[in-house]
Order: sequence, then structure tokens, then C-alpha cells
Amino acid sequence: MDKIIIKMKKEVREKIIEICNKFNNQPGELINVLHQTQDYLGYLPAEAQELIAECLHIPTAKVYGVVSFYAFFTMTPKGKHPISVCLGTACYVRGAEKVLDAFKKELNLEVGQTTEDGEFSLTCLRCVGACGLAPVAMVGDKVYGRLAPDMIKGIVAEYK
Amino acid sequence: MDTVKLTIDNREVEVPKGTTILKAAQSMGIDIPTLCHFELEGLDIHNRPGGCRICVVEVEKRRNLAPACVTECMEGMVVKTNSIRAINARKTVLELILSDHPADCLQCAKNGRCELQDLAARFGIRENPYMGGNHVQSQYQVEVSPSIIRDMNKCVMCRRCETMCNELQTVGALSAIERGFPAVVSTAFNQHLDHSPCTFCGQCVAVCPVGALTEVDHTSKIIRAIADPTKKTVVQVAPAVRVALGEEFGMEPGTIVTGKLTAALKALGFDYVFDTDWSADLTIMEEGTELIGRLTRYLNGDKDVALPILTSCCPAWVNFFEHQFPEMRALPSTAKSPQQMFGAIAKSYFAEKINCKREDMVSVSVMPCLAKKYECSRDEFKVNGNPDVDYSISTRELARLIKLANIDFASLPEAEFDSPLGESTGAGVIFGTTGGVIEAAVRTAYEVITKKPLPKIDFEELRGLEGVRSATIDVDGLKLNIGIAHGLRNARKLLEDIKAGKCQFHAIEIMACPGGCIDGAGQPLHHGNSDIIKARWEAIYRADKEMPIRKSHENPSIQAIYKEYLGEPCGHKSHELLHTHYFDRQTTVEVDVDKK
Repeated sequence: MDKIIIKMKKEVREKIIEICNKFNNQPGELINVLHQTQDYLGYLPAEAQELIAECLHIPTAKVYGVVSFYAFFTMTPKGKHPISVCLGTACYVRGAEKVLDAFKKELNLEVGQTTEDGEFSLTCLRCVGACGLAPVAMVGDKVYGRLAPDMIKGIVAEYK
Repeated sequence: MDTVKLTIDNREVEVPKGTTILKAAQSMGIDIPTLCHFELEGLDIHNRPGGCRICVVEVEKRRNLAPACVTECMEGMVVKTNSIRAINARKTVLELILSDHPADCLQCAKNGRCELQDLAARFGIRENPYMGGNHVQSQYQVEVSPSIIRDMNKCVMCRRCETMCNELQTVGALSAIERGFPAVVSTAFNQHLDHSPCTFCGQCVAVCPVGALTEVDHTSKIIRAIADPTKKTVVQVAPAVRVALGEEFGMEPGTIVTGKLTAALKALGFDYVFDTDWSADLTIMEEGTELIGRLTRYLNGDKDVALPILTSCCPAWVNFFEHQFPEMRALPSTAKSPQQMFGAIAKSYFAEKINCKREDMVSVSVMPCLAKKYECSRDEFKVNGNPDVDYSISTRELARLIKLANIDFASLPEAEFDSPLGESTGAGVIFGTTGGVIEAAVRTAYEVITKKPLPKIDFEELRGLEGVRSATIDVDGLKLNIGIAHGLRNARKLLEDIKAGKCQFHAIEIMACPGGCIDGAGQPLHHGNSDIIKARWEAIYRADKEMPIRKSHENPSIQAIYKEYLGEPCGHKSHELLHTHYFDRQTTVEVDVDKK
């Protein structure tokens, strides 16, 4: 029943404290703080949430409540090449699900997971504003349009 | 006061502005069903998320149905609580909730006391059109901690527990997590309660409408211990139990059942039936002496003395400061709680007296509390792994035991506690409510300091149910400033004042539960009726008045144990048996030096 001390790298700790300070450690800025922390780390590990809770003087459970509520926030580190498949209406009706299945099969991944070597992660999103190109997927910042399941192998190979 | 006139179910009513439709209807004898809504009037506790929609009513000229629990009455409003549209909508809402709820009512710990089950019965649910579809029922593991069992598959997201944990107690162990079917109230990262700031106060359990949060049940272990011929069973009963247990047997709230309770414990087969009031008197001797000691040092010019002294009887409160204010852990009295003092004495002094080995004694406590279960499992309250108190059971568990043993509680002839750990005073009884511990301490401290008898025993100025109270007691010219807080949010306020150097108190009493132990989480469920708590509160002071001796230091059995066994209060033997120490249990994020 001793004190629980969570260890964290110095520069990570300082950066998160800096982000919290930027928002005056206001509890109402939690979502902004989480956004910027995820931008910085690529994900929101438990220790980052503990530290944010400490800085904003709110319970860690509240921070985790918000992180687990919004699909955008993730506690698993994203891969070097994050893949997002659009499941918006236009993409969906033009076969996005088959495209997603092809990615799953090619990478042997479920949605929300990252490959063991940390290279690829797979997520879904709703509409990237390129409905004319449906179905669409993004790898990093690059958009791939008019996709068909047989094109996936080639796309993944570009990054290997 | 501004009022508004409206019509509910064809009857006119005038209510103060700001009244909800639910409240207005209740005042007319119209009982709108609710589920998430929860309120303890007079104690400033309410959960009104308007989330479950069980209470929807039809309001003329309004497009959608209105949740009665959060909709304010307006002038000229015409409300129908029982239109076909409202009834059908309510039923659909209930069916949808039930579609994501296990139907194992017969094996559920809440069977017969579940608000969802009551609604299903009231609405006449016979089949559910939403069952058997493709819905994904959440699959959470049942989690057992020393005090609380969490079965989140049964969570209906009323969020009452979250309100208690965050607003009443400011503990912050619980929050709503996830969304959709997996949405439940849980801890950060869904970790075990043991690894959260949970204090085990159990107020979440006390308000859970379903079987999602229940207490750890030791009744079968107690039955086994009583049946074991090699064991001597010793039981102690906390003060607040005697003013609440009767409710479990249909008696009026506030009925004092001390005699029947004692008889029931004897009928159950306990070898020795003792009273926690006795060790409450002992606590006063120790805590009171500590208070006088610290005060004397302070008055003699020692500015480093740890003041204000804080009471340490309430285990949830102890957990709270260990987690949230560990830097102030020198302030609370080092005196153990009455439960633990009793356990320590039972397994030393009393065990020697009856020539019983420590391992052969099973020490049981009946408590209005769930944190007591956790408290007796703490390592510092064990000797070679053998706990001073083996099992702590709640008032509710005792009621179950009595029913299981075919005892007709109401017709039991009254019995007396056994000697020597059963004799107590009125000061011991009032430990059961907010303000009681400090009043008991003042009764003794006054006479010890002034060496004069108290002009009056009743300190009305220390009594009441307001969250934070204060009073100045004149101890023969010495002005003793006393603070009292119940509900941990109020304790937090006082602690922050102390931290900021704004505190003028010499002594502060803190209880975690609203009202103190009378509304502990192990008590019969009050279902939001604060009249029950008030009735128990009055009963505690009635019980005090009925006692022939009302000051702890006048308890002959307490005087005797100091004479033959303990020596002086706060002396060497007392320190060994009756005092404890506290830990820093805060979670902090620090730089990992190894990794730079």
C-alpha cells in the first residue's frame, strides 16, 4: 500500500507539462490537451493520462473516460505508416468494407491495432472530403482513391 | 416565494418556481417511475442526469416527451403522466435497458431489492422484443476488492455511483468510460479498485439501483466459524447498527433494537457478544489524551505541534487522506478506530482472560460500513498474518444471517451484552453519527482538563446534519475551537483550509459518509429517503440519553482495563495495541532517472 510512482522520460514529462501550461491547466481544456499530447506522442499511454490528470487537478478516471469515449484518441501507439480507411457513406456504398478487409488480410491486423514491428497501424474514419474518389484510404498524409481490394497489396508494398 | 400553476393528470397544482414535474407530481400523490434520478434531501446530494428516460411524461404543446426529473414546471403547463404515448415510451425505454442487462435475477445479490427488477414488475414486462437480436452485451469481468464487488455487465449507466464518488466524496475513483454497449462506470484504465484512489466508503454501493455494485459477503464464512467447535467466536456491534437493523425486519426507521440485536447474535451462536461502543469509549480515552497532550504542548508555546488534531475512526476518511493529502498525515490522531481497538483487545487481553489462543479466536464485527471490511484486512492490523478482526459484516449481512437462521427478530426477548467488553456509555453510542466522536471527546476532555464535572452533558452546538459545522467550547476559560465535517467533499474543504493556513480549529471530526455511520454504506438501503437517515440520527441521541453513564472515562470496565492491563492512556502498552500509523498512497508521475 505504498506510494505509486509512475516513471516517465524527462523530455516527455516536460513536454506534457508545457502543453498543460499552455492551456493554463484548465480542466475545461482537457480535450485540447489530449489532442496536442497525442500529436506529440502519437498515442495516449496511461502514464501520460496520469500526468495530465495531475496537472489539470482532475481524476485520472475522468481523463480516461474522455480518452475511451472518443474514437480519435488511442492508447495504442500508431505505426510509422498509419493507414486509415474511410467508412463514410459514399465510400461504404462503393465497397470500402471490402477494401478494409483486404488491408486486414494483407497486414494480419484488426482495426485499432499496430503491427508488431511498429510499421503499420490500421484505423477507420468517416469521410476525408474526397467522396468523388470513393472508396478512399490514407497512408500517413497520402490519399489513395478509387480503391479496389486487389490494389491493396501493391500499396502496402510501397512502404515496406 | 414565486409560484407557478399547472395541471398534472387533470388536476391543478401550485408549486414554487423551479420545482420539477417529478416533485410537483409527488406532492399530489402521483408516483412517476424513475431510475437514474437520485436525491437525498437535506444532505445536498442529487444525481439528475436526465439520462435514463424512464420518467418521461407528455407535456401539451411540446413536440417530444419531457423527462419529469429535470423538467421545471412552467405557468399553465398541462402534463399527462399516464397517457398512452408516455406509458408506451417508458416501456420501450425499459425494454431497451433490459436488452443490455443480464436476466440472472434469481442469483443476483440485489434480488428483491433491485430498482430495475421493481420497474420490470411494475411495467409488467413478460417478453422483450429487443432481446435475441444482434446486440452486443458488454463482457466485463466481475471484480472483487476487500469491500466492494463490481459486476459491470449489470451497469445501467444511471451514473449515481459516479456522482457519489466525484461530487459527494471528491474521490474521483469512478468515471463513465467507453461508449455504446461497452459504456459503464469504471476506474481509470479499468484497473482494479485497489489500484485506484477508492476509499471503499461504499457510497456507490449504497445508491446503485441494480446489482452492479454490491458488498463482499462474508455470511457463509461466519456460519462456518460458528459451527467450528475448535473456534471461539467473538462479535462486536457498531453503534449505528442498533438504530437501523430493525428496518430490515419491517420496523419503523429509528427504532432502537439493541436488546433484540444482542439476543439475535446469541441465538446465532456467537460465544461472546460484545459492543463496539465499549471500544469507542476506549478510543476516547486514547484520542482524548492525545488531544489534551497536543493542546498542552501548544499552549506551552510549542508551535510545531501537529494541530488541528483530526479524528481517525473512519477508515474511508483514513484512505482519503492517505491518497489525497499524504503530506498531512501527521495531523490525524494515531488512535486506531474502535473496530480495530476492539479486535486488538479481544485477541490479547480477552484471549488471555479466557485462555484462548489467538489462532483459535474468530473475531467478527458488525458494521454499518463497507470500508471496515478493507480496514480489517490491512497488514498493520495483523499479528503474524492473523488479523485482529477476521471478518467485518454489514448491517445488511447480519439481517441476512438472522433470516437464514430462522430467527423471528421482532418477537425476540431482549438480551444484554456480555461482560467485560460489552459495557459502554452514551458517549460510545453517539460515535454513530456526525459530531458524535468529538462530542464524546469533549465530554471527557472537559472533565480531565478542568477536574470539574460538566455543567451539561449535551453539546447541542456540535449536533446537526449540515456538511461543515463549527463551535467554540469554553473549557473553563480555554476556548476550544471544534470543526466537524461529513462527506469527503466537506473534509477536503477543511483540509485545504488547513493547508492554506486559514484553519482556526484545534480539533476536527471527519466522517466519510453523509450523516456519519448512520448512513454508512453497509446500512439497510434508504433508496433516497432522507427521512430514514434523520430518524436514525434522532435515535442515536435517544439511545445516548437512555444510558445510565454518558461519559467514556466513567465506564467502569474501561477504568478496570487500564488498571489491570493497559496502564495509562497513551502509555507504552496502549501504543503497542491501540495506536497505528499512516501511509503515503498518492500516485505521482516522476522522471525516470535510469532512462534520462
